[in-house]
Order: sequence, then C-alpha cells, then structure tokens
Amino acid sequence: MLFALCGFWNNMEEMLVLQNLRKIFNRNTIDEKAAIDGIGLGVSKGEFITVIGSNGAGKTTLLNLIAGTYPPDEGKIFIDGRELTLFPEYRRAKYLGRIFQNPLMGTASSMTIEENLSMAELRGKPRGLSWGVTKKGRERFRELLKTLELGLENRLRDRVSLLSGGQRQCLTLLMATLSLPKLLLLDEHTASLDPKTAEKVIDLTDRIVRENELTTIMITHNMNQAINFGDRMIMLHEGKIQFDIEGKEKKHLTVEEVVKRFGEKLEDETLLCKPVEG
Amino acid sequence: MDILSGILQISLEQGLAYALVALGIVISFRILAFPDLTVDGSFVLGGAVVARMIVLGYQPLTGVVLAILIGFSAGCATGLLNTRLKINSLLAGILIMTILYSVNLRVMGRSNTPLLNYITVFTPFEQMEIRWLSVTLFFGGIVLASKFLADLFLHTQVGLAMRATGDNEQMIRTLGVNTDNMTVLGLGISNALVALSGALVAQHQGFADIGMGIGMIVAGLASIIIGETLLRARSVGMITFAAILGSCIYRLVITIGLWLGLAPTDLKMATGAMVILALGFPALKKGKEERIHLRGI
Repeated sequence: MLFALCGFWNNMEEMLVLQNLRKIFNRNTIDEKAAIDGIGLGVSKGEFITVIGSNGAGKTTLLNLIAGTYPPDEGKIFIDGRELTLFPEYRRAKYLGRIFQNPLMGTASSMTIEENLSMAELRGKPRGLSWGVTKKGRERFRELLKTLELGLENRLRDRVSLLSGGQRQCLTLLMATLSLPKLLLLDEHTASLDPKTAEKVIDLTDRIVRENELTTIMITHNMNQAINFGDRMIMLHEGKIQFDIEGKEKKHLTVEEVVKRFGEKLEDETLLCKPVEG
Repeated sequence: MDILSGILQISLEQGLAYALVALGIVISFRILAFPDLTVDGSFVLGGAVVARMIVLGYQPLTGVVLAILIGFSAGCATGLLNTRLKINSLLAGILIMTILYSVNLRVMGRSNTPLLNYITVFTPFEQMEIRWLSVTLFFGGIVLASKFLADLFLHTQVGLAMRATGDNEQMIRTLGVNTDNMTVLGLGISNALVALSGALVAQHQGFADIGMGIGMIVAGLASIIIGETLLRARSVGMITFAAILGSCIYRLVITIGLWLGLAPTDLKMATGAMVILALGFPALKKGKEERIHLRGI
C-alpha cells in the first residue's frame, strides 16, 4: 500500500527519490566508516540542486550510489518512479548523465570529437553494425559545437587528446546532454580548471540545464557556485544531510551567512573562496 | 641480385602469412588494451583444427572456417575468465593458452600432422608457373580483406564502443555499454584472426605442429611496434596498415638475419631483444623523451 502510494507520488513529482540510503566502507574493520548514513532525499523534476560539504562528507559516494558504481548497503533508489537500487551502472545509463572532476574521464582521448559525440548520442540505446558517425549526426554536432564558441565545430575529426582540459569538459557537458538524461550528475566538474575556464564551464552548465529543464545534482567545492547556481542547496556532513535550503531562503543566502551558521563543519578550502564581487 | 629478390620474396610471403596474427594482436592489445596471451595457443589451434579436418577428408575450406570459429571461442573463453570470473587478464590468457596445449594435442591426436600428401587450399597453386606470386597474392588478398573488414567494424556503433572500452572504460560504461561483452567479443575476433593465420600457415608449410605457436605474441608485438614507429599511426586504418607493414618488415629483418648467419634457434631471443629495445630504449635516454605510446603494449 505504502509502496504503491510512493510509486504514484514518484511519478507525479519526483525525478529522484532516495530512501534511507546507507553505505558503509571497510565494514567490520578498524577503518569502518559510514560514508552515507541514512540519507533520504526527493528531487523534483527540473530541480537544480547544489551539494557542498567537506572532504569525506560523502558527496561523491552519494553520486556513486545514484549512478550505480556500487550498490548501497541499505535503502532504495528510484529514478522517475522506477526502482533501480541494484541495477548495474551500464543499465542506468539511459537515465543518467555524469561528469567528473577530471576532464580526462568524460571522453575517449584516442577517438575523434565526432566519434565521442556519436557514442554519447546512443547513451542507453542498443548499438548495432550501422555507421558509428552519420552524416546527419555530423551536421547536428557542428551546430551544437558552435554554441560552445570554442571553434570545435571545425575540428570534428580531431582526436580529443588534442583539446585542453576546459575544452574537453565543455565537450563532456555537451555529450551528457546530447540525448537528454533524466538526471544529470556533476561531480566538481569545474574544480580542476583554471578560474576563467571554470567560469565559462559553469555558465555553460547553467545554460544547458535551464534550457533543457534538466534535473541536476551538482557537487561543488566552491561556495559561490553553490549559492549562485541552482534552486536548492544541500550540505552533507559525515554522511548525513546537514541542511537543505531552497526557494527564497536559498536566493538570499550569502557566503558569510553559511560560514556563520556552519563554518565549523566546512573545511578551509571551501571557506577560502572569496565572497561574490559586487 | 638473385639472393636479394629471394630474400624479399620470402619476407613478403611470410610477412603476409603472419600479418593476421599482428592484426589480431592489434585488436586485443591496441584497441581493447588487453594484453592477451591466448595467441600462442590459438595460432596452433587454427593449424590443428584445419589439419585434423583435412586428414579426416573434409574440404580444406571447411576446415579453415571451423578453425576461425573455434579460434573465436578460445578468445571468448579468455574474455569470460577475465570479465566473469575476474581473473587477471594476463593470467586468463596464460590459462587458456596452457589449456589449449592439451586441446591441440587432442585435436591432432599427436604432436605433428603432416599435410604434404593432402589437398589443401594451396594445392591449386602448385601447378601454376608463378607459384610464389599467386601464393603471395592469395595471402595478400586475405590480409587486406581482413584489414578492411576490421576497419569497417571498428567504425560501426559497436566498433566505437569497443574502442572506447580500451580507451576509457568508465566513460563508455556510463554511456550504457556493457564493457564486459565488448572485451569478450573483441578477444573472440582477435583470436579468430590468429586461428585463421594458423590454419593458413599450417597448410602453407605442409604440417601442423604443437610448437608452431611459440613466440607468436612477441613476434606480433615486434611487428606492431615496427609498423607504428615507422608510420606514427593514429587512426584505425593506419594502425591496422602499420601492423601489416610491420609484419613484412619484421620478416625481412629475420630473413636477412638468418641469411647473415643468425642461428634459427636464436631467433626468438633476437625477437625478444628487439621488442625490449624498442620499448625500453626511450626510458633509458635522459630528458623528457616521450615513450612511443602504444596503448596496451
């Protein structure tokens, strides 16, 4: 009864539902650690959530659980009303787009830009023996790449290894959104870029997320990013949700306020970020 | 002049005959980044299967087709050990290679099967006046056909997924590809090519022998390294072409070496030293000299 109700509710409102998730590493050893310690979360369709928290707070573990890198020890995961708690990673692909901190992780470097885009276009779909890169696809990629304003539209046949980290991350972003995922997971995807490129990538992220009304979870170390982007902000601490702010309250949030309220739980790196200018 | 053209003729013929092994190794080592040692066994397997079939009175072509299929299964077996049973890739290959030693003896029923008195795919060439040319063209045709088929395949949707499996497994898995299946399929194709080579070589040399596969991987690696160093190959088409060219040049070097007095028994040692030098030389040089980057090697 409760389950049926949940399913109904999920279909109506929530793109992602996490029920009492727990993940314990090194169980029964001296290093036992509850990386995720009972997290329940509902994410509405089209919602853009930013996640902060110090190292070891469980941010990446949370994304890994959602993406199916490993299964949870307890709890359930629903995406778009469908339970996929125990689905292996490759079977969740059609629901998820994911971008990692390391720009090298999102693309196949020995393959060309158009080949990478073609593979992304087939995310979660069966692959056959027809041409990997089609003429139609190539035209579409050229148009899409133009919107990045990086000149990549003229380099479709260049190997990705020739691109810079920022260019690769932009390409990864484009790939993640090529066949629209139900849920986009961003794992500090601007952290290893220089400030200028990071700004460009985060703006592009915001544009793509808003244009396509993508349900998005973005982990970030950068407090300004967490506050300025997204509709809702969550802070994790020791595997639990420490606070969860949305709507008006989130809009008027400032770095100083977060520091004042939760400073002792944030690490130096996050606090060092300067407040927003102007 | 006669000696020179003789050396060239032998090298080209041998180079093309063994080029399929290099092609197979390209798919396992270079495309999948999987150091597959099954090759030494699946090469003999191809020869053993075709020899047994011919002795049993079947059409040689039927034997060749069967050799390809069985070679494919041998590669899949290595892939399954690695992906399903989580056995280390090198060990999985060694295990199947070792098992194949017994299998090959079983298939042939003895350690050497002579084929000189039987009809093989090469029998029609015997009567021809230009035997060398026709045999070489025959090998060349098969090698080029295999190369183009492999190139085509590696540009299909599945082919792209297979290349990505060797390049960035995590990424292609998040795109919904079962990378385990890609590994199994790729190793199957690789060893099918190797078995085809074994089946042809056995008929060409007139016997299948349990020892004919020893050192096949190292020779194939040497071919690939030679080819890619010369061509600086990047694209799929160039990489497969480089393997074929490398195979011919490797055989040329070997033939010249033998002609100059290298003892045939020292051949494997020389080949091994060649590979070690090619891979290790840049590491010994000072400065930031970039190592020839060959994924999987």
